[in-house]
Amino acid sequence: MNPIMASAPALFTIRSVDYRAISPVLIILAVALVSVFVEAFVGRSARRPVQLVLVFGAFLATFIDLITLHATRLVTAAGSVAVDGPALVMQGAIILLAALAAMLMAERMVDPSGDPFAARASSLPGSVDEAEFSARGYFQTEVWPLLLFSVAGMMLFVSANDLLLMFVALEVMSLPIYLMAGMARRRRLLSQEASLKYFLLGAFASAFFLYGMALTFGFAGSVNLGSIADAVSAKPSQSGLLLLAVAMLSIGLLFKVAAVPFHQWTPDAYQGAPTAVTALMATTVKIAAFGALMRVLYVAFGGIRWDWTPMLWIVAILTMVVGSVIAVTQSDIKRMLAYSSVAQAGFILVGVIAVSGKGLASVLFYVIAYGFATIGAFAVVSVVRDASGEATHLSKWAGLGKKSPVTGAVLSLLMLSFAGIPLTSGFIGKFAVFSAAIANGATWLVIVAVIASVVSAFFYARVIVLMFFSEPTEATASVVVPSAFTTIVIAAGATVTVVVGIAPQPLLDLVNNAGLFLR
Amino acid sequence: MNPVNYVILSAVLFSIGAIGVLVRRNAIIVFMSVELMLNAANLAFVAFARINGILSGQVIAFFVMVVAAAEVVVGLAIIVQIFRTRRSVSIDEPNLLKH
Repeated sequence: MNPIMASAPALFTIRSVDYRAISPVLIILAVALVSVFVEAFVGRSARRPVQLVLVFGAFLATFIDLITLHATRLVTAAGSVAVDGPALVMQGAIILLAALAAMLMAERMVDPSGDPFAARASSLPGSVDEAEFSARGYFQTEVWPLLLFSVAGMMLFVSANDLLLMFVALEVMSLPIYLMAGMARRRRLLSQEASLKYFLLGAFASAFFLYGMALTFGFAGSVNLGSIADAVSAKPSQSGLLLLAVAMLSIGLLFKVAAVPFHQWTPDAYQGAPTAVTALMATTVKIAAFGALMRVLYVAFGGIRWDWTPMLWIVAILTMVVGSVIAVTQSDIKRMLAYSSVAQAGFILVGVIAVSGKGLASVLFYVIAYGFATIGAFAVVSVVRDASGEATHLSKWAGLGKKSPVTGAVLSLLMLSFAGIPLTSGFIGKFAVFSAAIANGATWLVIVAVIASVVSAFFYARVIVLMFFSEPTEATASVVVPSAFTTIVIAAGATVTVVVGIAPQPLLDLVNNAGLFLR
Repeated sequence: MNPVNYVILSAVLFSIGAIGVLVRRNAIIVFMSVELMLNAANLAFVAFARINGILSGQVIAFFVMVVAAAEVVVGLAIIVQIFRTRRSVSIDEPNLLKH
């Protein structure tokens, strides 16, 4: 008898979808589609204002929508979308940080030619076309629909309760970012190279995720995280198929969080991409990736945690140590921030390893605090310039703090937060993550983490010393006065870092009340 | 024929794709190897659908094809642009980004 034919009739039932619960994602997707049509039908001069209104309007509407949904806890769309506390908190954080990254993308006062993106991404670097497009004052507005699609992918990624939806969301999130990474106005060869490397390695990693998903389907007969959890607990015997599946799914997700040894793309992509896009990659993508990683490991594979936590221990230790040590040797500020983001991913993994409600809450706290500090840091990087564009080489930062004390002070504050100095959000985040890990018996891991954070404090402090304790030279870059857009981003990054550092309770309450993942 | 053989075949195809990504130097071939990995996963989905007697594996294969097509669009755009700039698709040549 053919088993497929026998079970076919019962499969086609109409599933109900709670559109209200998934409306935040739908708003963003709908506006993204409108935004594509704006590209096609609105005149060149009106496009930018229209796109900006659409993008910021969509973010505002979605954020308000998320606030009205804050008490929602349900699983809908045939069990494939979980609208639960952690998902809503992460979606809110993604929207806020994406809005800040969008402000960096909209900045036009910083670059003398007017826009951070290439006049035409399709024109060749250094060609006659490119010069003509620039001379005519063309600029690209295609980045706005790309941004919206990417944000929609991220929001689905953190609430996907189904590996298939998670895979589709992963691609919807990543593909626009691969493109945006290659669109810088200056240093276009670097930008294109970053785009190629990020794309090829990203596609490689998502193929691993997909094959892991296929093996999971083979083991459990379903790609729904809840059904996988049931199958995992129903078949207690060790299964090589299952372990291989967990490993391959983890590879795909650890790539996105930039954990060692899957971090090779990070420095190249961060350095080559336009700084506004780097800010987006370093904050929102990281939040989304940690959300998905925890959901898969906690919900679907929580039953075999003793099998995957040793693997995650090794990855976390490697990530913290390699990230911190290599960051010490960097001479480019964007590259240094990239390795710093690798090291920070290691600290966050320490919280993931706790496999507890406390661990989940601490990771949520950490990624939000880290996201705001990071976006502020990249905003500062984008305004420090010389004649060739952004002055990212650290030698050009010598004495910058004496030349521009406010900028220097803000960046120093953010660096202290990355290093985990008390009275900054970074300290509270590290404390929360480490105490969650200790509560679960991972004391040795925390000891390694503390040592790594001491090493990382060295290179953060080096930037401060360089800015304030050396004399400005002729090569020292200057700080361009940006428009309100970048100013808001820098102010938001610094304010959140200080306020959350001094009075963390509201944010701690938020992440603690988020509760656990639904299934 | 025993459907488990198709799972083994898919694992072999996936490995060939993964090795291709790691050893080949032409961006187009690297990209084709990634597509081979995705299609190996598709074969695994269909084979497991047969083994488990659950149709959804075949439906997933369709989703994956659509996603792979979208990935091709983005990937070829990036590779073609690199080729037009550098007159080469070797992935060793773009080497400006290093410390």
